[in-house]
Amino acid sequence: MELCGLTVHELKDKLKKREISAADILDSCLQRTHQVEEQVKAFITITEETARETARVLDEKGEYPGLAGIVCGLKDNLCTRGVRTTCASRMLEDFVPGYDATVVKKLKAQQAVILGKLNMDEFAMGSSTEYSSFYPTRNPWDLKRVPGGSSGGAAAAVAAGQVIYALGTDTGGSVRQPAAFCGVVGMKPTYGRVSRSGVVGFASSLDQVGTITRDVTDCALVLNQIAGYDHMDSTSANLEVLDYTSSLVPEIKGFKVGVLQEYFQEGIHPGVKETIKRALLKMEEMGAIVEEISLPHIKYALPTYYIIAPAEASSNLARFDGVRYGLRDLEADNVEEMYINSRSLGFGPEVKRRIMLGTYVLSAGYFDAYYLKALKVRRLIKNDFDRAFEKYDVLVTPTVPTAAFKLQEHARDEDLLAMYRSDIATVPANMAGLPAISVPGGFVDEMPVGLQIIGKAFAEDTILRVAYAFEQHTDYTARKPSLGVK
Amino acid sequence: MVLTKQKIEHVAMLARLKLDDEETELFSEQLNSILAYVEKLDDLNTEGIEPLVHVLPINNVFRDDVARPGMPREELLANATMVEEGQFKVPRIV
Amino acid sequence: MVLPNYEAVIGLEVHVELKTQSKIFCSCSTAFGAEPNTQVCPVCAGMPGALPVLNRQVVEFAIKTGLALNCEIAGMSKYDRKNYFYPDLPKAYQVSQYDQPICRTGYLEIEAEEGKKRIGINRVHIEEDAGKLIHQGAITTSSYSLVDLNRSGVPLLEIVSEPDLRTPREACLYLEKLRSVLLFLGVSDCKMEEGSLRCDANISIRPRGETRLGTKAEIKNMNSFRSLERALEYELTRQMEVLEDGEEVVQETRTWDEGQQATFSMRSKEEADDYRYFPDPDLVPVVVDQEWVQRVRESLPELPDAARQRLMEQYELPAYDAGVLTMTRDTLDFFDECIRHYDDAKVVSNWIMGEMSRLLNQHNLEISASQVSPSALVRMLRLIDEGTISGKMAKTVFEEMFTTGKEPDVIVKEKGMTQISDESALEPLVVQVLEANPEVVEDYRGGKTKALGFLVGQVMKATRGQANPKLVNQILKRHLDKS
Repeated sequence: MELCGLTVHELKDKLKKREISAADILDSCLQRTHQVEEQVKAFITITEETARETARVLDEKGEYPGLAGIVCGLKDNLCTRGVRTTCASRMLEDFVPGYDATVVKKLKAQQAVILGKLNMDEFAMGSSTEYSSFYPTRNPWDLKRVPGGSSGGAAAAVAAGQVIYALGTDTGGSVRQPAAFCGVVGMKPTYGRVSRSGVVGFASSLDQVGTITRDVTDCALVLNQIAGYDHMDSTSANLEVLDYTSSLVPEIKGFKVGVLQEYFQEGIHPGVKETIKRALLKMEEMGAIVEEISLPHIKYALPTYYIIAPAEASSNLARFDGVRYGLRDLEADNVEEMYINSRSLGFGPEVKRRIMLGTYVLSAGYFDAYYLKALKVRRLIKNDFDRAFEKYDVLVTPTVPTAAFKLQEHARDEDLLAMYRSDIATVPANMAGLPAISVPGGFVDEMPVGLQIIGKAFAEDTILRVAYAFEQHTDYTARKPSLGVK
Repeated sequence: MVLTKQKIEHVAMLARLKLDDEETELFSEQLNSILAYVEKLDDLNTEGIEPLVHVLPINNVFRDDVARPGMPREELLANATMVEEGQFKVPRIV
Repeated sequence: MVLPNYEAVIGLEVHVELKTQSKIFCSCSTAFGAEPNTQVCPVCAGMPGALPVLNRQVVEFAIKTGLALNCEIAGMSKYDRKNYFYPDLPKAYQVSQYDQPICRTGYLEIEAEEGKKRIGINRVHIEEDAGKLIHQGAITTSSYSLVDLNRSGVPLLEIVSEPDLRTPREACLYLEKLRSVLLFLGVSDCKMEEGSLRCDANISIRPRGETRLGTKAEIKNMNSFRSLERALEYELTRQMEVLEDGEEVVQETRTWDEGQQATFSMRSKEEADDYRYFPDPDLVPVVVDQEWVQRVRESLPELPDAARQRLMEQYELPAYDAGVLTMTRDTLDFFDECIRHYDDAKVVSNWIMGEMSRLLNQHNLEISASQVSPSALVRMLRLIDEGTISGKMAKTVFEEMFTTGKEPDVIVKEKGMTQISDESALEPLVVQVLEANPEVVEDYRGGKTKALGFLVGQVMKATRGQANPKLVNQILKRHLDKS
């Protein structure tokens, strides 16, 4: 197998044994990228030169601690000093930050080889990467299908062998949903576990940086490097970070697994339902105690999300006014015209829609009915989870009720809500700030299906253990897409 | 609650967005369908429920009052399209 | 100014910049007067992804202020976003406190015409300042503007009074008192001309005896105490004329035009700002427990009211003197330092309120910037007491001290200003003056005692002011009463 198809831990082994160099890994990933990028379109910016330089310096020294020498990619809403950070928006097409996001600093300190910036739905708003202002990314398992979103470029690049792992962001499922669609592992840590500093804000109370990897071991390895308190983020948790590799134990006997019934009712694809049921049987075989459970308020999570997230977004995206950075209408005769024209030209339709929605739910006379109401329901949802975790170690759902849909499938405007429903099972974890992971759980019509495992706050170790054990007892992560590495 | 065309225009003004007739039409349809969907929340009685803004119970996160240099001015201005005398230039206000 | 049939109802919203080293949410310096855009970072420039972290000192200063204004300190307060677009507001929202401010319901006592009066404080809250817009000429005719973000993110307190003020004079007294409290606390330097103290007013009028409030106007852009009083007086008259004409006052924001000495409508409320306040998800709540409040309470310095009382009781100074000396912390410190080495408080007070303040005003300086140290003033007062210089000469010496910073002894020596206290030197001069003014001598002897003053003056003139006036007086009297 080519190097670009291996995992972080496999490559680390080879580097340690001096079988390969960082340049070998980079060459393999670059070659792969040259082969498939035309079809997959995972990248917005490729930083080949700096990647080569990092690899060269590493190989000179010949030591590869941590993630050193492993090729990775970053979703294009993570600020990178000196490298444009577009959020897949015309608005920021030429924006070059003078600073790194904290997670980027951490990767750079590890001498990770960053190959570039990955495609996404504009400002992380969307579930298919079709709302990228530049071009849609395609699913390496079937180029006629979407890779999911909003971190679609990240999931596709990992699945297609262009990078070994990637960082994305997850506000309502944006890491887990594309990971599920692309047959890779996607983890959204507990809110506050990973710094948001330098992450272009979408919905600040929900946003969290997540990992996309080929297997659960890699997830633990990468999470180890990006988790932790950051004094530059007031909402960052000042708690000790475990060595997550210590939770990689292939054994879950006696673990109590709650299966959220709400996600096995209407709206779920029968094939997905069957696949997940099989996965649950597997867990039972492994000795886990699997029970059905129902959370009374969870059906309100999605509507609550579609009030809170747009409300915060409308304010977070107000700073794009053309004055200090970003697209600007240079012909504008006065300030108001400059604002209106710059923003109308810079933002795509989904971003505008959400800004409109968010502005409306915060506006005078509607605040209580929508926004305040949503905050209260959010409390009820969190309470539901708190109660469930008194009894269960983890909760599971299908990550998405369907496998990857076709490009344009939800493009018709009346299908907006259908697209939004793609996040129905992932949104609750963001609402309650809980850690959740999507692991490959099987296949339907040759397309991957994700199994979501949700844990209590800061119990990343528990969900990693369950995910790892499941992975070790199945072979779904071993399967590669047709476009993948032979 | 239904979003009228007039209300859409007002909201667009607040958000500093310009919508043409077609977009206004489309948005009003879409936003109304989303609003109809979120009105599901009205089923719930939330009286006496404390709104949840932060999921983590974190309070009192402070920095010490120590001044440090900011960013070099060239770097601050590097992404601006119009700059004059070390400042951001904007067209007339009124 | 009195309107016989109407009563004014005035409330002030005062913004003060806090005297912290760094900004409210980032480490950039707050120093005034730097080159544009040289004290800016991703946070205060509203760059994508940059996040705020609250400066502890800001909270500390807010609690201090709240306690000095007799407020309740909230156990829990939070930060909200006030959303609006303006080129000086980089994030397009201002972080402020909406429904849970850090301080509530206090009062400030002022010396109103009819005696002490309590002015209610509705709330004190923390917020961030915006940047500065530099227009090419007037805002209305400027073809473009420039944005300087040095001020963006400087911490502010907004202090909102109840509508308890009844005259423009009272509004001024309130603002002066508030300023002195803040200066004593050391939380702000309160310079209206540099914008570190800013004041907006809500003002309405109602027929005397009416208890309901009239429609108010909000007045902005008053950049000095004087313009506050003028603007409110203008506004009172304007509103009265509107009512007398049978029309109604419109609720609106009006700006004070210093040049034209009038207020002008900025915009009516129909354009409806809708600030869409909501809790800032990037900032966590602040919890202040009793222990923290107690610690701050114990660290509170002496405040103007207590200092005023002390000066009146301990040094028997008149209320007026005590009031002037406690206008600013620096003035009081100057006085206290003098009085440590000099017994006569009234004399010290007279010099500070008289020559000192005249020269400070003339040179537009604060007392802290004066070259005259308390010890130099005391030294000069001793030179008077010792008879080395006269009170009149002292004024010249003081002015020289003020402009050059030299010690009084040095000045007296350099200028040869020593007083003539030698009787034998003065005696012949007195005789000369008496001989030259026989009619005046006659007047004096005829009972016009005032004539003595003229004669003293003549002797002083002859010595170019250097004669010891007391001694001249004595010698003159001796001669006049002799025959």
